[in-house]
Amino acid sequence: MTRIALTVNGASCEADVEPRQLLAYFLRDTLGLTGTNVGCDTTSCGACTVLLDGESVKSCTVFAVQADDCAVTTVEGIADGDELHPVQQAFHEQHALQCGYCTPGFLMATISLLKENPDPSEDEIRHALEGNLCRCTGYHNIVLAVQAAARAGA
Amino acid sequence: MIPAAFEYARAGSVDEAVSLLGSDEDAKLLAGGHSLIPLMRLRFARPSLLVDIGRLDDLRYVRDGGERIAIGALTRHAQLVRDPLLAQHCALIAEAAAGIGDAQVRHRGTIGGSIAHGDPASDLATIVLTLDAELVARGPDGERTIPAAEFFAGMFETALARQEVLTEIRVPKVAAGVYLKVERRAQDWATVGVAAARVDGHVQVGLTSMGPTPLRARSVEEAVAGGASPADAAAHTADGTMPPSDVNGSGEYRAHLAQVLVQRALEQL
Repeated sequence: MTRIALTVNGASCEADVEPRQLLAYFLRDTLGLTGTNVGCDTTSCGACTVLLDGESVKSCTVFAVQADDCAVTTVEGIADGDELHPVQQAFHEQHALQCGYCTPGFLMATISLLKENPDPSEDEIRHALEGNLCRCTGYHNIVLAVQAAARAGA
Repeated sequence: MIPAAFEYARAGSVDEAVSLLGSDEDAKLLAGGHSLIPLMRLRFARPSLLVDIGRLDDLRYVRDGGERIAIGALTRHAQLVRDPLLAQHCALIAEAAAGIGDAQVRHRGTIGGSIAHGDPASDLATIVLTLDAELVARGPDGERTIPAAEFFAGMFETALARQEVLTEIRVPKVAAGVYLKVERRAQDWATVGVAAARVDGHVQVGLTSMGPTPLRARSVEEAVAGGASPADAAAHTADGTMPPSDVNGSGEYRAHLAQVLVQRALEQL
C-alpha cells in the first residue's frame, strides 16, 4: 500500500491505496463520491472525467497514486451549496441530458474547456468534447448548453 | 478492469529513474500513462514495478536550440498544441498533437511516452522519424543521442536500453510541414497517417500504421527530388511497406489510403 495525500473538492484527504487502484475507483469506492461514473473503462467514453489540478482527465486512466499531492474536483464539488454551477444550470435549462449517466463527465469536460477557451465556436466545442460519449441526446442540446454556459461566463 | 498488482516508485530525478529501472528486470516507466495504463488494464502489460517519472516537471519544455527545437520528453500533448515556438518552426507537431485522442488524453499524454512506446500507429513517432529528429536518452553510462532512423526497432520495440530514459526530442525547424490522417471515428488511432515536411530544401515523407514501425517513404522522397509530380511521386507510397490488416482496414485499403494522403500532403507542402 502507498500513502497518498490529496485535496478532493477542496477538502484534504489521506489514504493508503494499492498502486494499481485507479482514481475513478478510489473516488467511488474509498471516498463514496459516486457521481463520477465508470462507463467503458477503456479511456473512450469520458463518463469518469474529473479535474486534476484544474484540467479534465479520464479518472479510469489515472492511478490514484498519480493524484498524490494534487487537487481533484468531481461533479460533487462544483455547485455552490444549493446553487448549481453555471455549467450545470445550462445543462439543466437546455435539457442537455436524458439518462444522465454521461452528464458528470460532460460537465467536468465542459468546465475544463471553458477555462481554456471561454468563448469557443460550435466546431471547437464539438472537437473539445470528442472524448465524451452520450448515447441518448445526440449532442445537439449539449452543444447548446456549452454555448449557454459560455455566454453566462462559466 | 483492474491491472495486475505492481510496486510503485516515484522518481525525483532522471538519475533516480535510471537507478530504479536497474532494480527490477520487469520495471516500466510511467509518464502520462495513456499508452501504458490501457495495456495494463487489459493485462497485456504486467510490469512488476512502475517507475513514475510523471512529476519531473523540468522535462516539460519547448526551447529554441538554434538549428533545432528541443522538446522535453514529458511535454504533454496539450502543451505541444499551444506552444508558440512549435507554431512558428514545426507546426505539424502542434497540429498532429491536436488530433491525438481527445482533450482529456492530451492533458495527460506526453510526447516522450508516445515515442518510447514504439506503437506503429503513433502520430508523433512518424513525425519524428520523418523529420530525422534526434532522441536524447540517459542511462547508467550517461547520455547519448539516437537518430530517429535508428530508434524504432520493431512493433513496440525501440533502441532504448532497459535502463534508459528518453529525455529530449530535437527536431529541425521546417519550412513547411503537414500531417494528415484518416481515422474511422473520433479518438481512434490513425488507420493511416502521413507526415510530409520540407527540411533543408528536401521533401521528407513518413507513414503511420503502414508496417510494424513508423516508416519513411524513401521512394516517394526520391521521386519528388527527381521532379515527379505529387501524383506520380505518391504512386511509390506502398514501396517497401507492410500495411497490417485489422478491424480498421485491410492492408490493401491502407495502401490505397496512404497513396491518396501522400499526394494530398505533397500538394499542400
